[in-house]
Amino acid sequence: MCSWRELGLGEDHDGIAELEVQAPIGAKLVDTLSLDPVIEISITPNRADCLGVRGVARDLAASGLGRLKPLAVAPVKGAYASPITVALDFPADAESACPLFVGRHFRGVTNGESPQWLKDRLTAIGLRPISALVDITNFFTFDLARPLHVFDAAHVKGDTITARLARDGETLAALNGKEYALSEVMTVIADAGGPEALAGVMGGEHSGCTEATTEVFLEVAFFDPIRTATTGRKLDILSDARFRFERGVDPAFLVDGAELASAMILEICGGEASDLVIAGAEPDWRQSIALRPERVEALGGVAVDNPRQQAILSALGCTVSEHGDGLLVVPPSWRADITAEHDLVEEIIRINGYDLLPATPLPRPSMSKPVLTPGQRRAAWVRRQLASRGLVETVTWSFLPSAQAKLFGGGAAAMHLANPISSDLDCMRPSVLPNLVAATGRNADRGCKDVGLFEIGPQFDGPEPGQQRNVAAGLRAGKVAPRHWADKARTVDVFDAKADLLAAITAAGANPDSFQIGTDAPAWYHPGRSGVLKLGNKTVASFGELHPGVLNALDVKGPVVAFELFLEALPPQKAKATKAKPLVKLSAFQPLERDFAFVMDASVSADAVLRAAKGADKALITDVSVFDLYEGANVGEGKKSLAISVTLQPFDKTLTDEEIEAVGKKIVEAVLKVSGGALRG
Amino acid sequence: MDELESIRAEALASVAAADTIEALESARVAALGKKGSISALMGSLGKMDPEARKAAGAAMNAVKDEVAEAINAAKISLEAKALDQRLAREKLDVTLPVRPDTLAGRVHPISQVMEEMAAIFAQMGFDVAEGPDIEDDFHNFTALNIPAEHPARQMHDTFYFGERDDGSRHLLRTHTSPVQIRTMLGKKPPIRIIAPGRTYRCDSDMTHTPMFHQIEGLVIDKTTNMGHLKGCLLEFVTTFFEVDEVPVRFRPSFFPFTEPSAEVDIGCSREGGELKIGKGASWLEIGGSGMVHPNVLKACGLDPDEWQGFAFGMGVERMAMLKYGIPDLRTFFDSDMRWLKHYGFVPLDVPTLAGGLTR
Repeated sequence: MCSWRELGLGEDHDGIAELEVQAPIGAKLVDTLSLDPVIEISITPNRADCLGVRGVARDLAASGLGRLKPLAVAPVKGAYASPITVALDFPADAESACPLFVGRHFRGVTNGESPQWLKDRLTAIGLRPISALVDITNFFTFDLARPLHVFDAAHVKGDTITARLARDGETLAALNGKEYALSEVMTVIADAGGPEALAGVMGGEHSGCTEATTEVFLEVAFFDPIRTATTGRKLDILSDARFRFERGVDPAFLVDGAELASAMILEICGGEASDLVIAGAEPDWRQSIALRPERVEALGGVAVDNPRQQAILSALGCTVSEHGDGLLVVPPSWRADITAEHDLVEEIIRINGYDLLPATPLPRPSMSKPVLTPGQRRAAWVRRQLASRGLVETVTWSFLPSAQAKLFGGGAAAMHLANPISSDLDCMRPSVLPNLVAATGRNADRGCKDVGLFEIGPQFDGPEPGQQRNVAAGLRAGKVAPRHWADKARTVDVFDAKADLLAAITAAGANPDSFQIGTDAPAWYHPGRSGVLKLGNKTVASFGELHPGVLNALDVKGPVVAFELFLEALPPQKAKATKAKPLVKLSAFQPLERDFAFVMDASVSADAVLRAAKGADKALITDVSVFDLYEGANVGEGKKSLAISVTLQPFDKTLTDEEIEAVGKKIVEAVLKVSGGALRG
Repeated sequence: MDELESIRAEALASVAAADTIEALESARVAALGKKGSISALMGSLGKMDPEARKAAGAAMNAVKDEVAEAINAAKISLEAKALDQRLAREKLDVTLPVRPDTLAGRVHPISQVMEEMAAIFAQMGFDVAEGPDIEDDFHNFTALNIPAEHPARQMHDTFYFGERDDGSRHLLRTHTSPVQIRTMLGKKPPIRIIAPGRTYRCDSDMTHTPMFHQIEGLVIDKTTNMGHLKGCLLEFVTTFFEVDEVPVRFRPSFFPFTEPSAEVDIGCSREGGELKIGKGASWLEIGGSGMVHPNVLKACGLDPDEWQGFAFGMGVERMAMLKYGIPDLRTFFDSDMRWLKHYGFVPLDVPTLAGGLTR
């Protein structure tokens, strides 16, 4: 229950399509209608010759499918001299724009409806029949890949049609109803009044053929592919003619094309034809290519004997002759894509059949070696480590809205795409985090508020190739775990992000203790709840709670904690001479723990205290940890109490009370020195 | 001796009667404590003559041991009973759910599939090469035999950046083929690389996303021909899809950077509406391939009369969709936790050829 237009079978959209009364119920529509089957072929850009039915037929015939009928060209005898002549007017460096122009004048024609067979054929390929003359040009475009143009000769000013470069400032009202401003890179067909058509792209409205047309001038020309493509692209005009000219029409099929078109015009539109008028000469398309027959097997991997090679090339229209040890091949005029030996090899193995190509295993080393670079291995370790900590890996766009880029230190003009897919994706990302934050918001909108995501991918620091860094970035939002009968749900905090980061660094084969911790994290972090890991003055990573203002701008509810680890900034792993691990040192003596509590200024970092305590006796102290932190009235304003547990591990004897006391004293001294605090009583 | 017998009977009776640890302890004290009945009786031994002491002592010790034994046995039994009672009180509903698994992260299918591909190609001696996402015209087009006005450029919907001072424009690579160029410019053949990575096209609809991933392969040496290309891809798809036989079909095609060129199809069946990779009645396109074009070799300073080889390219998402039955390309980039947890891979699933690529 569709209209013909909905079915793609016609233009009629006046209601549901009706079949003949006698149409059998239950039969296939395709059997009921007398439809010509339509085969859609996708033509690769190199095969201009197959942009016409005849070219496709020629290729099929060469493959052994059917026989190519000869194209009978009977020259039309001119009944009079053409009142319009053709001319080429190009500067020396642009003569290739149109080397040959063939024209013919017709008079007494009737430009009515095309005969049914022509209308059917055009309709079948999706073209709307317009008038006989226009339909004939369309037919030649698709049948023989030979675009034509017809001018209403009564509207041509003067007695010469000239192919020339457009002049800056000239304009043309084209057949599509639009007005175009022309420039010197474009080729036009002009009369005394100015441009009448854009060469190889589109005709002009002024001299277009109408039902009233009785005098016609036929244009059959060769236009340069690159100039045609440039013109079409600059003016943004897609046309069947442009499509063919920019891929290359047959340079030796102008006069014959004109004769065939003339015959059809006379047959359908009546009237009489003038002599041909010709300007220029056929461009030199002949080239001889030497083919070493053994190259077919060397490149293609399949042996094709010499006679078969010659037969294939001949069937494709090549002229083949023996030449020394090999062959000398002149490709046909319609195959401008064949320019070298490897093109001939392709044609031979293609027509011979890709199915006949053998599948030969690649010779390879008997034992394969690891192939990943150190950076690739690191990324893989970090990926699986983060996933095993409960973070879910995602992949997000490399671009984002520039407003978001600006929140994360990016958004420079040079980082903008000139032609973004949408304004939401117009700028290269300066950080992976905004995408993860946006994803957190989308998940929250779907009811998933507890989010743990990470991505390993590029961030872009500048517009030059290579100004990108591989980053492992992760984020957590909401609760660490869902509500549970046994445990209280805990909201994520900066130490979750820090733990993820340290685990990632360890997985990458680096030691987190080897970096300095600073608090000058980038602006998108909470200034009081964030940190950076540095190696010298190089930032290796940053972590923290994200800045509430940034979250607000991204319309995401916090807190959200995150980290960014710059994988290439990690120190390279040292190449080891042996895979043996260092010898394990197991003590026969029990370790013992001693606890200390200090009161100090709240601004003193725990890191400084831990490092001081650990440094008090490097031989004996194996671990120091913080087991209590207290800030409140009991210790005074601006103060905190920090309690640490120190593990002592003797290796050669049990420690005496005096020795333990001496170490304790050293620890207290070291901590007091660095913290300026006091031992808590 | 009657006295001993009656003390024995009394002690054993009170041990037997004790039904708590405390009662048992009282019984012990009453019999064996310092002032207990047996202890008191043994205290009388000192007054006896040696002969009588010997006989009475032995009898008393036997009673003492018997009572101690009985106490011990009763203690074990009472303790067991007490434990049973405690355990009965400690009953939990073990059908309650366990604490939530906070370690259930996932690896994205794109990463997983790229690791699978690297594992397979490593076996064939391919290195993994990388290159920048932002490229210049030379590496993305010109060196790949795609000059400025070539109609093939229309096949690539390229994202461009703004014009630079010299009039050129950088772009987002439309394929990972620039990595080929960088590799060939950077080292002498023989070369075997795969180049997986992000690629970009200005295109977005049901089946296209503006960013996607490609894996490109390149082999350059003196003898590799198109038969090797077919063999390499045949081995790859059979291993990747983990089925016994996956037919590979080459269809003639055109790419500016290869000649001869072929589109690569793999066999599949669609019986009952279900797609199965392997021998079947249908074909599926998986990528493009061909022999590296002499102009590309020349652009990289290699003499095409000396060096030759093949290149191929495949879409990573497409391969993931085909292997793992993922229906929609666009969902790969949605960051939807539900999707990621469903289609993602647990971190323990490291693809190896020894253990199998997939669980």
